[in-house]
Amino acid sequence: MESSRFYFFVFAIAILASPALSDLLLSKVDRRIYLTSHIVRISSTLKVENAGPEMVSEVLLAFPEQQAKNMAYLMATPHEGKGKVKNPVVALPVEVANPKDMPPALTFFSVSLPKGLAEGGSFTFDVLAVFTHALRPIPEQITQADIQLVLYQDSAYYLSPYAVKAQSLTVKLPDSRIESYTKLENTKIHGSEIKYGPYENLPAFSYSPIAVHFESNQPFAVAQELVREIEISHWGNVQITEHYKLIHGGAQSKGEFSRLDFQARPNVRGASAFRYLVANLPPRAHSVYYRDEIGNISTSHLRGDSKKTELLIEPRYPMFGGWRTAFTIGYGLPLQDFLYESEGKRFLNITYSSPMVELVIDTLIVKVVLPEGSSDISVAAPFHVEQWQETKISHLDIDGRPVIVLKKTNVVPEHNQYFQVYYRFNKLSMLREPLMLISGFFFFFVACIVYMRADISISKSSASYLAKHQWEEVQAVIQQVQNIISRCLAIHDKLEASLRDLYRTGDIQACKAARKAADSVLKELSRELKPLLTTLQSSPSAAQILPKVEELVAKERELQEKVMVKHSTVVDGYEKKSGARDIENRVALQQQKLTALRQEVDDLLEFIDEI
Amino acid sequence: MAAVANMPVSDLLKSFKLKTKQQELLIRVSILCLVYILAFITRLFSVLRYESMIHEFDPYFNYRTTLYLTQNGFYDFWNWFDYESWYPLGRIVGGTLYPGLMVTAALIYRILHFLRFAVHIREVCVLTAPFFASNTTLVAYFFGKEIWDTGAGLVAAILIAVCPGYISRSVAGSYDNEGVAIFALLFTFYLFVKAVNTGSLAWSLASAFGYFYMVSAWGGYVFIINLIPLYVLVLLITGRYSMRLYVAYNCMYVLGMLLAMQIRFVGFQHVQSGEHMAAMGVFFLMQVFYFLDWVKHMLSDTKLFQAFLRITVTCAVAVGTIALGLGMLSGYISPWTGRFYSLLDPTYAKDHIPIIASVSEHQPTAWSSFMFDFHILLFLFPAGLYFCFKRLSDATIFIVMYGLTSMYFAGVMVRLILVATPAVCLISAIAVSATVKNLTVLLRSKNKGVQTGSTKGSSSSKASSKALLDQSQPFQKNGAIALLFGAFYLLSKYATHCTWVTSEAYSSPSIVLAARGAHGSRVIFDDYREAYFWLRQNTPPDAKVMSWWDYGYQITAMGNRTVIVDNNTWNNTHIATVGRAMSSYEDEAIEIMRSLDVDYVLVVFGGVTGYSSDDINKFLWMVRIGGGVFPVIKEPDYLVNGEYRVDKGAAPKMLNCLMYKLCYYRFGEMLTEYGKPPGYDRARGVEIGNKDIKLEHLEEAFTTSNWIVRIYKVKPPNNRW
Repeated sequence: MESSRFYFFVFAIAILASPALSDLLLSKVDRRIYLTSHIVRISSTLKVENAGPEMVSEVLLAFPEQQAKNMAYLMATPHEGKGKVKNPVVALPVEVANPKDMPPALTFFSVSLPKGLAEGGSFTFDVLAVFTHALRPIPEQITQADIQLVLYQDSAYYLSPYAVKAQSLTVKLPDSRIESYTKLENTKIHGSEIKYGPYENLPAFSYSPIAVHFESNQPFAVAQELVREIEISHWGNVQITEHYKLIHGGAQSKGEFSRLDFQARPNVRGASAFRYLVANLPPRAHSVYYRDEIGNISTSHLRGDSKKTELLIEPRYPMFGGWRTAFTIGYGLPLQDFLYESEGKRFLNITYSSPMVELVIDTLIVKVVLPEGSSDISVAAPFHVEQWQETKISHLDIDGRPVIVLKKTNVVPEHNQYFQVYYRFNKLSMLREPLMLISGFFFFFVACIVYMRADISISKSSASYLAKHQWEEVQAVIQQVQNIISRCLAIHDKLEASLRDLYRTGDIQACKAARKAADSVLKELSRELKPLLTTLQSSPSAAQILPKVEELVAKERELQEKVMVKHSTVVDGYEKKSGARDIENRVALQQQKLTALRQEVDDLLEFIDEI
Repeated sequence: MAAVANMPVSDLLKSFKLKTKQQELLIRVSILCLVYILAFITRLFSVLRYESMIHEFDPYFNYRTTLYLTQNGFYDFWNWFDYESWYPLGRIVGGTLYPGLMVTAALIYRILHFLRFAVHIREVCVLTAPFFASNTTLVAYFFGKEIWDTGAGLVAAILIAVCPGYISRSVAGSYDNEGVAIFALLFTFYLFVKAVNTGSLAWSLASAFGYFYMVSAWGGYVFIINLIPLYVLVLLITGRYSMRLYVAYNCMYVLGMLLAMQIRFVGFQHVQSGEHMAAMGVFFLMQVFYFLDWVKHMLSDTKLFQAFLRITVTCAVAVGTIALGLGMLSGYISPWTGRFYSLLDPTYAKDHIPIIASVSEHQPTAWSSFMFDFHILLFLFPAGLYFCFKRLSDATIFIVMYGLTSMYFAGVMVRLILVATPAVCLISAIAVSATVKNLTVLLRSKNKGVQTGSTKGSSSSKASSKALLDQSQPFQKNGAIALLFGAFYLLSKYATHCTWVTSEAYSSPSIVLAARGAHGSRVIFDDYREAYFWLRQNTPPDAKVMSWWDYGYQITAMGNRTVIVDNNTWNNTHIATVGRAMSSYEDEAIEIMRSLDVDYVLVVFGGVTGYSSDDINKFLWMVRIGGGVFPVIKEPDYLVNGEYRVDKGAAPKMLNCLMYKLCYYRFGEMLTEYGKPPGYDRARGVEIGNKDIKLEHLEEAFTTSNWIVRIYKVKPPNNRW
C-alpha cells in the first residue's frame, strides 16, 4: 500500500488535489483490455456508490487525451450478473462533458444513470471503449522475415475523477510471446494474459503507466476510405457497392520482397502479412462481385447458408506492412428483408458499417440512393454522423435520385448497427421508367413508319420525282392487273374442279351452274381489266412493260377460251353419255395446250412480278 | 351455303397474305437484323469466357486516352501533353494519334448518357468494336447489292459477320483503331463505288466524309488513297472513262484531302509525302483527260487532234516529273517511309528496321493462317473473281482490284489479313450467291413442271409431260441438288469453324492467361494485373518504370506510372537505350538506368509457368535493336555458334547480362517441375546456366504469384563515405 502511494505521488497527473466532483466513489472496478486484434477494446465494470448527501444522476468517465483521440466507440450499459437471461440491453446515454476545474489533459464523458442515486445507493454498469491506432509498431520497419512487434501503453490504475476502492486489470494478448511488459507489484502473467492488481483504496486521478511490447501478427487492415452505396430499387433489390481503400497499418516493410521465400514458408517469411479478408454478408445476398479499377479479381470464395453469407476475398497480392490496395465489392439483397412500411412512410433498416471482420475504417461515407421521386426524407442513426443530400443520375432518370450521405470517421465493427432512412414514395412512380422505354420505342417505330410513308422530297416538280411518281402509279395498275389475272386463273381452277366433280358424281346440273357463275364473273373481270389497260397504254413510263402485260392478257384470254372449250366438250360428252375414255381422248389434246398455256401465263406473271 | 360462307374468310386471308415482293423484303430485312445481332453476339465470347475488359496492348492506350477525353473534354485531349510516357521526352498525344476511335467511343458514351443510360466508359470501349462490326455487315450488304445483287449482299453480310479474319480484331474488348477502321474503309469504298455508279455529287461528298472518318481512325487510310487512284487509272486505261468517274473522283479527292488535313497527325501529308503523290498525279491526269476530251470535241480534225494529243501528253508528263523531282530534291515531298517500303517489299523490314520486324503481327503470313482466317473463302475467292470477270462493270473492277491488292498485302503482313477480309468476303459472296442462284433456277424450273403436271387431274398427261422434261435435262436436277447440298455443307463447315476459332483462339484478352489444370479445371493466371496493380498502389506516384516497350501502354494505363518506352515506337534511339541497358552487365546498366532516372525495372518471365512469350524469348530483339544504335552491343556475343541458349552452354555475356539476371534471380533455388533439378526453365525446357545470381544495384521489389512479372527496385547510390 505504501509503495503504491509512492507511485501515485510520482506519476499522478498534475493536479491531484483537485476536488472530487461529487461525493461518488467507485467501490469496485474490473478492467479487461483486449489486445487480440489491432482494435483495442477496454471493457470495464464499474460499481459506483454515492457517499454524499445529494442525489447524483451522472457519472464521469475520464480518458487521457492521447487515448481519447483514438477512441472510436464508447458505450455504457447497466451491468447484469452472470447467468441471467439476457434482456435486450438498453444503453445508457453517454455525452461529452466539460466539467470545471478539471485537468486539461483529460477528456470527460458523462454517463446518465437510469435513476438518481440517493445517499448510500450503488449502481453497477459496464463501459466498453474501443480504440483504433492504439498499437504502435516497434520497430517501425521490418523485413519480410521479421515478426511484427507492437507496443501498447496505458495505466495500471483506473483513471477516474473519483476515488477507487478496489480494482483489477487484465490485459489479454493474442498469444504468449511477449517481448517485455511493465512489472508492478501484484503483476502476474498467465499464458497470454497479464494481470495487474488487485489494488485498493486509490485516490482520484491515480495513474501508473504500463507498457506491453508483444508480438501481433493479426491483420492490421485499415480502410483509409470506404464508400458504401446502398441503392434501393422497388423492383425488389437493394444493391450494395462498397469501395475500399485499404492499407496494412502495421510495421512498414522494408528491403526485398522475395516471392520464393514467401511461397516456401508463408508463415515464417511473411508472418506479418495478411492474405485474405472475411466479410459476413447478410443472408440471401446474391450477385456478389469483387473487382477493382483494372478488372475482376478472381481470388474469392463465397459460402452461404440460411443465417449468413461468408465472403472470403484475397487481394491481388499479399498485404505487407504499409502496402495498399483498393477494391470494390458489390452484392444484391432482397428488398423485403430491409424495407418496411409504417404510417404511410417507407423506411430502410440496414446496418451502417462494413461487413468486413475486424476492419478499422478511417473515413466511412454511406450513400443511400433512394428511388427517383422519393420525398420527405429523414434519417435515424444510433450515433452522430455528418449528413447531407446529393442527387445521382442513374439509368433512365430525369431529375436524378435523391442520395442521403452519412459520413463518419474512425469506425469500428461496433458501429455496425442498424440505422433507418424514412421516405415517402408513390408506387406509381415505379412504372415511370418502363413506360418511358415503351414510349421511346413506340415513337421510334412511329417515326420509322412516317418516314417510310411520307413523301419528303424537296422539289415536287423535278423530272426524276415525276418519273418516280408515275412509275409508282404504273406499278399500282400492274398490280391490279395481276390481281385480276390471278382471279381469272382461280376461276379456271374452279371450273376444273367442277369437271372433276362431274367425273366423280356425274351431276351435270351442278357443273353447268358452276360454268354459268364462272362466265358472269369472268365477264365482269374482263370489264374491270379494260380501263386499267387503257391507263397503262396512256402512261409513258409503262412503255417498257406494256408489251409483256398485253401478252399476258392475250394469253390469259386464250387460256380462258381453251378452258371453256374443254369444259363444254366434257359436259357435252357427259350429256351424250359417251364413255369416260372417249371423253378423255377427246380432251387430251386440249389438255396439253392448256398446260403449255398455263405455264406461259405463270412465267409471264412471275416476270412481271420481278420488275 | 357453306361455300358462300367460306368466301369472305378466304378473301380476307388472301388480302392479308403478303405479295412476293413484300415477302422477300420481309425475309431480307429479318435476315439482316439477325446477321446484325449475330455479328455482335459472336464477338461476346471474350466477355463470357473472361470478363468485360480491354485486351492486348494498344487498346490500353486507346482506353486511357478515351478516359482522358471523357473526363477532360475535347480541347484538353487535343492539347494533351503526356508526361507519363517516353520519360523524359513525353508525348504530344493530340498530335500523334488517330483520334477517330476515341472520339467515336466518347460520342457513344455521351449519347448514352444523354439518353440516361448511365454506363461506364469501359463498357462502351469494350463494346465499340462489336458494334462497328455489326455496322460493317450492313455496309457489306449494301456494297454487295451495289456490285452484284441483293442476294450477294446478304451472303456477304453473313460471311463478314463471322469471318475470323475480321473477328480477330473486333472481339469485345479489342478496343483498337482497326475496330472502327474496317467499317470506315468499307463504307468509304462503298460510297465511292456508289458515286462512280451514279455520278452523283451527293454520294461522292459522302465518300469524302467517309474518307475523313477513316483518316481520323487509322493509318491504313493510305491504302484507300492509293487504291482509289489506281482504280481510276485502270478505268482510264481500259477506256472506261466517264463523266461519272470524273465527278466522283475529283470531289472525293479534293474534299477528302482538305478534310484529312484537319487531323493533326496527318497534317499536310496529302500534299507533302510520297505515299500520297499517286492520288495527286491521278487527279491532274483526270484534268488532262477532261481537257483533251473537250479539245477533241471542239476540233473536228482527227489529225490535228493527234498532234495536239502528243504535245499535251508530253508536256503533262514532263511537268509532272519535273514537279515531283523538284519536290523530292528540295525536301518538300518526303520520300516513302520505311513502313511503306516494308509493305511493298516483305524483306525490307528484316534488313533495315528491326523494330518493325520484331513485332509478330508484322511477319509474312503463313498459309495456315490464311486457312485459319478465311477457311472456305480461300477457295471461293477465285470463283468469285471468275464471276466478276464474267460480268465486268465499274463496280466489279473495283472489287477485283481491292481483292487482289489487299490479298498481296495480306501475304506481306499477318495483320493486313484484316484489310483483305471484306474484299474476300464480298467476292466469295458473289461466288456463293451466283452459284446458288444458278442451281435453284435449275431446280425451280423443274419443280414447276412437275407441279403443274400434278395439278392436272389426268394421270396420263402428267406422266407424259414429266417424261418430256426429264428427257431434256437428264441429270441436272440431281446434280443441282448435290451441288446445293455441297454448298450448304461447306457453308455450315465455315460457320462451325468461325465459331470455334472465335471462342478458342481470338477471345483471349492476353492480359489474363488461362490454362487447363491437372483435373481439367480452368486455371487463371492473372499475374499481369497483379503486378500492375501493385505498381499502382505501392510505388510513389512519380516512379519511372523501365520495361521492354511491349508493356509500356499497359503500365501507364493499369499501373498509372511513368514509363521510359511504350508501344508507340516513335523514337528508335530511346528504345535502343532500353535494349542496351537490358543487354549490358549490371554495373553498366545501372549507369544507363540512373541517367534515365529509372526507379523500377519490370521484366516478364515465363520460366515457372511455361509462358513462352516472355522477355527471355524476346531478348534477341532487344539485342538487335540496341545494337542497331549502339554498336557496343553485338548479337554474336549472346549466341553460341549462332544458337540462342540459356543453359550452361550459353554465352558468358548472356549469362551475366541484366535481363538474364533479373529473370532468373533466385530462380536457381526453385523447383518448378517434379523430377527436374531446381532452376528448370519450363518455357525453354532447360536447366538454367547461372544459378548464383547476385544483384548489386537492384533489389527484388515484387514478384507475382506465378512469377510471370518481376519488378525490381533500383537502389539509391551508396553514401560516399
